[in-house]
Amino acid sequence: MPDINHHLNEKLLLGYATGSLPEAFNLVIATHVSLCDECRAQVESYEALGGEVLQKCGTVDVSKDALSATLAKIDAGRDVEMPVPISNGVFPTPLHGYVNGDLDAVHWRKIGGGVSQAILKTSRTATVRLLRIPAGTELPDHGHRGTEMTLVLKGAFCDEHDRFARGDIEIADEDVQHTPIAEEGEDCICLAASDAPLRFTGLLPRIMQPFARI
Amino acid sequence: MTETADWTGHIRRIQNSKDQEAFAELFNHFAPRVKAFLMKSGTTESMAEECTQDALATLWRKAHMFDPSRASVSTWIFTIARNRRIDVLRKERRPEPEDLAWGPEAEPEQEDVMSLQQETNQLGRAMAELPQKQRELIEKAYFGDLTHSQIAAQTGLPLGTIKSRIRLALERLRHSMK
Repeated sequence: MPDINHHLNEKLLLGYATGSLPEAFNLVIATHVSLCDECRAQVESYEALGGEVLQKCGTVDVSKDALSATLAKIDAGRDVEMPVPISNGVFPTPLHGYVNGDLDAVHWRKIGGGVSQAILKTSRTATVRLLRIPAGTELPDHGHRGTEMTLVLKGAFCDEHDRFARGDIEIADEDVQHTPIAEEGEDCICLAASDAPLRFTGLLPRIMQPFARI
Repeated sequence: MTETADWTGHIRRIQNSKDQEAFAELFNHFAPRVKAFLMKSGTTESMAEECTQDALATLWRKAHMFDPSRASVSTWIFTIARNRRIDVLRKERRPEPEDLAWGPEAEPEQEDVMSLQQETNQLGRAMAELPQKQRELIEKAYFGDLTHSQIAAQTGLPLGTIKSRIRLALERLRHSMK
């Protein structure tokens, strides 16, 4: 377990537990929670609340043959579902499912300034991508519309306020304007989700933006 | 019957001996609740019926993955129903965290199971004592009636105690996996 200093906020944890977030956000949250027992315990306590809601939300009669129909489904289906093995790679298990492998399976595309990205396929209500920022490289200065989450998987980045390393998640909203820099030593790999396009302040990044889908 | 421990026994019986009688009792209690939950979450009656059967079939198939030191049976069924709803209504995958499945070598302590049950019952009572408006808001959040920006993070419920309980269970599990 990495030593995590930057966690999810209550709103996102509750949204994940209730199932109201877009798939792209769910992926980043599930990946962070795989690395962070503090947030895992928080998610599971919100799920406990969901269990209480389920207990007390009343009843609606199921069809007369529902039980036998369900037993038939059990007979027809797979015997048991086995847990997915715990990942020993850079990517926790939930991310494996979207990349079809670990870090070496990613199809990177350069987006300028030495930075590469890989957009992962999710529903369109929000977007999620992997970013590879060369050590010591500054990301374009950018503000945000909507909510953006950036989870560090390898290496680290710093901005004016903080340092983010493996497992740390940065939650940025509209009033955050910052200049993250990847730490010297190794490339920084991040998983970033956004429910709105980023807004770059430099001219070149702004021209690039529509093409790079960031 | 609302005692969590009793339902936990049902899951064990399903896991150990594919006990159809235990399954039938569990089904009779939970299926009408899952169906009500799904209909309040915006599914049609026929879709809710179908999803309820799917959810309970999943419970059978995943019985061996249930960890009673971390979740009550109703909590676990809630997560299965929620994921089925996302699958059917939004046609989306639901990424779940890496599973900390416990094998026979990491059987949860009975004491942990009891404690979690107590915390869960306390949470249920605390929810019942909330002012009606606040309780309805929480229910709406779980039925998916609120977008994530509409959800106020504070539930007003003492989640800290159950969180520390789950945290302890996770630490023991991590320790046993080493």
